[in-house]
Parts: sequence; structure tokens; C-alpha cells
Amino acid sequence: MLQRFKDFAQGALVPVALLILWEAGSRLGLFSEVLLPSPTAVAIKWWAYLMPGQPQEAGQSYLAWLVSGELLHDAYSSLYRVIAGFLIGAGLALPMGLLMGAKQRIYDLFNPLMQILRPIPPIAYIPLAILWFGLGNPPSFFLIAIGAFFPVLMNTIAGVRQVDGIYIRAARNLGVGQWTMFTRVILPAATPYILAGVRIGIGTAFIVVIVSEMIAVNDGLGFRILEAREFMWSDKIIAGMITIGLLGLAIDTAVSRLNNHLLRWHRGLEH
Amino acid sequence: MSEIFIKNVQKVFKTPGGDVVALKDINLTVKQGEFVCLLGPSGCGKSTLLNALAGFQPPSAGEIVIEGKKILEPGPDRGMVFQEYALFPWMTVEKNIAFGLEIQKKSKAEIDLTVNQLLELLHLKDFRERFPKDLSGGMRQRVAIARVLALDSPIMLMDEPFGALDALTRRNLQDELLRVWEKLGKTIIFVTHSIEESIYLADRIVVMTYRPGTVKRDQYVAMPRPRDPSSAAFNDLKRELGRLVMEEQQRHADDEMKLAAVD
Repeated sequence: MLQRFKDFAQGALVPVALLILWEAGSRLGLFSEVLLPSPTAVAIKWWAYLMPGQPQEAGQSYLAWLVSGELLHDAYSSLYRVIAGFLIGAGLALPMGLLMGAKQRIYDLFNPLMQILRPIPPIAYIPLAILWFGLGNPPSFFLIAIGAFFPVLMNTIAGVRQVDGIYIRAARNLGVGQWTMFTRVILPAATPYILAGVRIGIGTAFIVVIVSEMIAVNDGLGFRILEAREFMWSDKIIAGMITIGLLGLAIDTAVSRLNNHLLRWHRGLEH
Repeated sequence: MSEIFIKNVQKVFKTPGGDVVALKDINLTVKQGEFVCLLGPSGCGKSTLLNALAGFQPPSAGEIVIEGKKILEPGPDRGMVFQEYALFPWMTVEKNIAFGLEIQKKSKAEIDLTVNQLLELLHLKDFRERFPKDLSGGMRQRVAIARVLALDSPIMLMDEPFGALDALTRRNLQDELLRVWEKLGKTIIFVTHSIEESIYLADRIVVMTYRPGTVKRDQYVAMPRPRDPSSAAFNDLKRELGRLVMEEQQRHADDEMKLAAVD
């Protein structure tokens, strides 16, 4: 317990020192209030952004009122887009990767196309995304799906290819047919790679969601910080950025926890 | 009857340096319940013969017939235990043992019964929920044996199963294997390069020659079990077989020197 507190204190040292320097600098008038507001100003704004903007209405439950703040709405919108886009991208990449990893013919057919498309950053699809899907969620889903697709695809292919032949032989010896081989031997044997791809893919999805919200929608964290710029609300921009950071950290921690649980059988676990 | 007939089996591997004849004119008949060791230095084709029996690599010529059927592919009637254990690391001990039965679509009650019996038989009860990574080598090999026994196949194929274990664990598992074999009456084909191991275990030792792999000696072992590795009879046989194996080992070594010289 004491050790954990010590670790925490040590980890907090540099961020806290930076905050103190920043606050002191602001109070001494070293930074422009408009361009770089003080940490306390940011914190106050963040709180205002988090809390409900309107008084509780008649007939509205307390909880519904409590979560009616702008920040929670934006965070929910961004998270929703990340998850929906990721599920589309990964949902296409996984079967494709399994097939390409397992069948050389399919790999030979599709790999050149994948190699050409892979280096195109998802952001470069923005103009096409707007032309094809207009405004709103669909272009966002499309861009996020592309961002998530390639990391999951590449890792799934690699995962299937590195499956140790001894497992295949042992399974064939036990009388396993082709379908069971796929679902109960190759897929689980490839999960360490696939889940590493999932973690990278969801990270990419999170980058892309912020960008896509800056162009095509009118809510979400990416939209909000761009909107704040138009009013020169630097405090709100920074408050929004911090929220993005926290949400990203929460997503990554959740995925990492899930990975550790799914890979509890695996030798080299990273925590 | 699950007699094994190996008739004129030949296996040729195509390599960039020309064809390698791994097996040549192998003729063996193994009776049901017999414990046979295939003994020889590396490169003598003993594992190739085992893989042919398992159906992983059918022979280039000749045939292997079990219960009137020619062996062309792997199947649960010939359970295989590998030197590298080959347990599925994502399954617990229990799931590993149950897997073959699930494939055969056995009922849950039947699977539970068999798994419990095997956990008991191989002293694995306290480990049923563990994953293979949390087991020692000896424990893993017990699970691998249980997994094959679960298939209730009449024939067990074992490819240097105890080769990676320390001497004490090895002896312990040899005794366990003999106990299980005597209890269940399986036919066992056991590949090893350890002369002592083959004499300790087998009813019959087939010594193989280095390339091309042929049968050099088909030796029955009449000593009663448990066998005492320090007894005179044991050591006479060990000396005799050691001489045969070393001749082949020498040919193997000469061959390697020749290849190195060409390089």
C-alpha cells in the first residue's frame, strides 16, 4: 500500500511540477491569458463544460439532468463513433486477415492491393468521405473504419502465419476438421497478435475520430475544440484536449485489461 | 484386431541436393498390445516412420495397414504424443484432455466422466484448472498422454516424449507409462534414441540404420518388469544394442563430416 502510494507520488512529480510552473507563470503575467490561460482557469472551464448547462427542468430526473452537460455529450458522441467505426473496420479486417493468413492463394490475390492502400493515411480519405457520405456520422465511421482496418488486418495475417505447426499436427491427430481447426486452433493461437493489432487499431481510430469531427459533424470532442477556437476560448480548447487525453487513456486501459484477461494463458503478458 | 502391418515402406524426400532415402524396405508387424521402441541415431528415419504411421506423411511406396485399412491421413485411432508436448496453451489442462472428445461430439456427461478418470489416473486432479504455461515439463507430458488416452485409441504413437525431461522426471514418467500401458493394454510405438530407455520400456526394440533407414535388428526383450537397469542382463543387452547404434551413429557422423568438407 505504502509502496503504491510512493509509486504514485513519484509518477505525479513531473506533471505537478509543470502545473505549478505554469500557474506561477500565468500569475506573474508571463503568458497571455488569451493564448495560454492558467491551469486554474482551465480547470474552472473544464468543470463548467462537465456540469449541466441548463437548470433542471420539471419532469427531468436528477441523473438525466446531471449528465446533460456538454462534455459528457461530446465524449459520448466521440466514443460512439470510435466504437462503431472500429467495429466496422475490425469486423472486415478479421475475416479477411484470417483468410489471407491461412490461404496463400487469397494472400497472393489481395496482398498487392492492400500494400497499395495501406500507406494512404486515413486523413487523405477525407475529401472522398465527404463526397461519398456527405456530412454527419457516416463519413466519420468510414474514416475510422479505415484507420482501424489495416492494423487489425496486418496483425491477423501475421498471427495466423506464425501459428506453430505442432498445434495443427496435434489437432489433426485428434481428428479436427477444417472449420474447427480455424475456430478452435488457428484463431486462438493467433490471438496474441490479433489483440496487439486491436490495440493499435483502436488507437488509430481514436486519432481519426478527432480529425473527422473537425470536418463533418457538429458535436464530439474534436468538433468542440475547433469550435472553441473560433471564439478564442483557449481554456475550453485545453479543457477539451485534456478530456480527449483522459478518454484515450481510458480506452487504452480498457483494451489492455481485456487483452490481459483474454491472454491469461499466454507466456509473455504485458501489464 | 488392431494389428499394424508395415509393408515394404519406403520414404524419399526431395531436397535441392538430390533425393534422400529416409526409409527403405521396412517390413514390420506389430501385435495388439505390444510395446515397440524404434531406436537409432538421428537421421535413421525413426520419426519418419512414426509420422507415416500417424498419417502426417504417407510413405512414397509400400503401405501401412491397420485393421484392414490403409493409413493415408491422421486420425484419432492413432493418438500421438510429441516431444514438444503440443498442448494447446489457451486451454486449461481439463479442456486439453476434453478437446478430442468434443471433436467426436460426445455428451457432456461422458466427457466429464472420462476427463475425471484420466485426471485421476495421471495424478493431475489438482491441476485441472491450470494453463500449460504454469506446469512443469513432466506435468505437461502427463497432460499430453491423458489427451491421447481420452481418444481411447487402440494405438499410441510417441515421438521421443521424454527427451526434454530431466533424468528423474523421465524415470518417473516411464514408470507411469508402463503402469497405464499394463492397465489399458494399448499398442505403443515409441521412438527414442536412448538405449536404456528402450530396454527399460519395450517388449521389442527395432534398431534402425542410418540413411537409408532400414531395420538393423528386431530385438525382443524378455526380461520381466519392473526391469532393473543395474542388472547384468539389462547391461548385456545395453552393450549389445549400444554397439549396433554406435555403428550407425558413426555413419551419421562420417556423413556430416563429408557434407561439411563439400561446403
